[in-house]
Amino acid sequence: MKYALVIWHGEEHAESPQEIDAWPEHKAWMDDLVARGIFQGGARLRAMTTTKVQVRGGETLVSDGPYAETKDLIGGFLMVECAHLDEAIEVAAGHPFAAFGTVEVRPVWE
Amino acid sequence: MTQESSDDVEAAVASAFATEWGQVVATLIRVTGDWDLAEDSAADAFATALERWRRDGIPRNPGAWLTTTARNRATDRIRREATGNAKLRQAALLARDGDEPAEPDEVQDDRLRLIFTCCHPALPFEGRVALTLRTLTGLTTAEIARAFLVPEPTMYQRLTRAKKKIREAAIPYRVPPAYLLPGRLSAVLAVLYLLFNEGYAATAGANLIRQNLSAEAIRLGRLLVELLPEPEARGLLALMLLHDARRATRVGADGELVTLDRQDRSRWDQATIAEGLRLLPLAPGAYQLQAAIAACHAVAESVEKTNWPRIVALYDDLLVHTPSPVVRLNRAVAVAMADGPAAGLALVDGLAASGVLAGYHLLPATRADLLRRMGNSERAAEAYREAFALAATDAERAYLKARLDEL
Repeated sequence: MKYALVIWHGEEHAESPQEIDAWPEHKAWMDDLVARGIFQGGARLRAMTTTKVQVRGGETLVSDGPYAETKDLIGGFLMVECAHLDEAIEVAAGHPFAAFGTVEVRPVWE
Repeated sequence: MTQESSDDVEAAVASAFATEWGQVVATLIRVTGDWDLAEDSAADAFATALERWRRDGIPRNPGAWLTTTARNRATDRIRREATGNAKLRQAALLARDGDEPAEPDEVQDDRLRLIFTCCHPALPFEGRVALTLRTLTGLTTAEIARAFLVPEPTMYQRLTRAKKKIREAAIPYRVPPAYLLPGRLSAVLAVLYLLFNEGYAATAGANLIRQNLSAEAIRLGRLLVELLPEPEARGLLALMLLHDARRATRVGADGELVTLDRQDRSRWDQATIAEGLRLLPLAPGAYQLQAAIAACHAVAESVEKTNWPRIVALYDDLLVHTPSPVVRLNRAVAVAMADGPAAGLALVDGLAASGVLAGYHLLPATRADLLRRMGNSERAAEAYREAFALAATDAERAYLKARLDEL
């Protein structure tokens, strides 16, 4: 069962992927996921420079955003392969950002 | 084969429905992995029982008969479907099918798996409550809708969404491992306690299904304690039993609320109280402490002869687990009984000054009772009127009006 973990965090977290990778708790968490064959890929996103694209009536509409109403931003995502939701919840709870932000567990439609 | 009378068969099927529905559904979910199929096949099996038991006699083990029949019905239904997925499920089903029964432990655990899955914290709370009733007690969607005073399509959607989430998000059908158990068990207990309170709050005017929610909660509580005798599960069952023992005395002839101090204690159900007391005392936990408080009331001959100092001490312990202002208010009432109304009033005034219970009618109602006991009728009347304005139900307003008139 594949899940996308979507990471939300506040504006104050502008750490680069290299900085996050260097966090000991992040490294231990990721090493474990890789060793268990759970980690399937993912990316750190630049949260504040999103562009919205829509095509309506043949016209491409481009604008800044969207940003959520809350102070939280989508800062990254991961794809994981888990036995079931309980395992995915355990993986999500181990992400260092879960301690101050939010990790959403979204089942992949396969 | 003996020809059974219709009445006997109907009684046997009704009795099997009450005791075996949850077991049949729980086993079918494990075997097929399909919640809708499990429910439909279980319903089929009970309908078939009505007809077959008349012809062939009531089987020695109705539960096993119903489970086997439901399994066969599930196999038939899957055969009629033609998609690839269905064939896979059929293979899984048939691999386990045949005459050899599952291991007794496995069957025993099915209902526990079902309880924990229905009450999984990833489901919306309302969905947990509805799913628990539908799959474990066999109440129909229409009955559950009536019990919760919502339209049937709303309840249908709630159940459908919960089952869809279990399927699509792959919520596992299992008893959680030991390290997850405390958190998951408290989610289960919260569902049972809500069912109990919904039924307990329903007065004589409410529909019967709503009133029966308390009985269903106690039945599920007994089942949980039988399968998993954890201290807090026993504590919740004790709490529910000790409250339920007083049920008949809580409402007067005209449907008005009768508070603890005015209840006819000779009408409390002593057998239920004894069952509740046997489950205590245990390790301290929020449900066990509340049950211990209820036990102090249940064994007291009168309000005056109640062990109020012990109740105050139990509230002190409860505040460690549940530091809520409502618990502090209840503790203040106990202090007023143990040490006099002035001591209680000081605590209630402190709570009122903090503003955390603003808008909660029991705060001014409690102040009013204490002021009345202190002989301060004028300020008591003022507080009763304040409570009256905040009260949410007719029964509460009628109660407060009667106290005001007594001043």
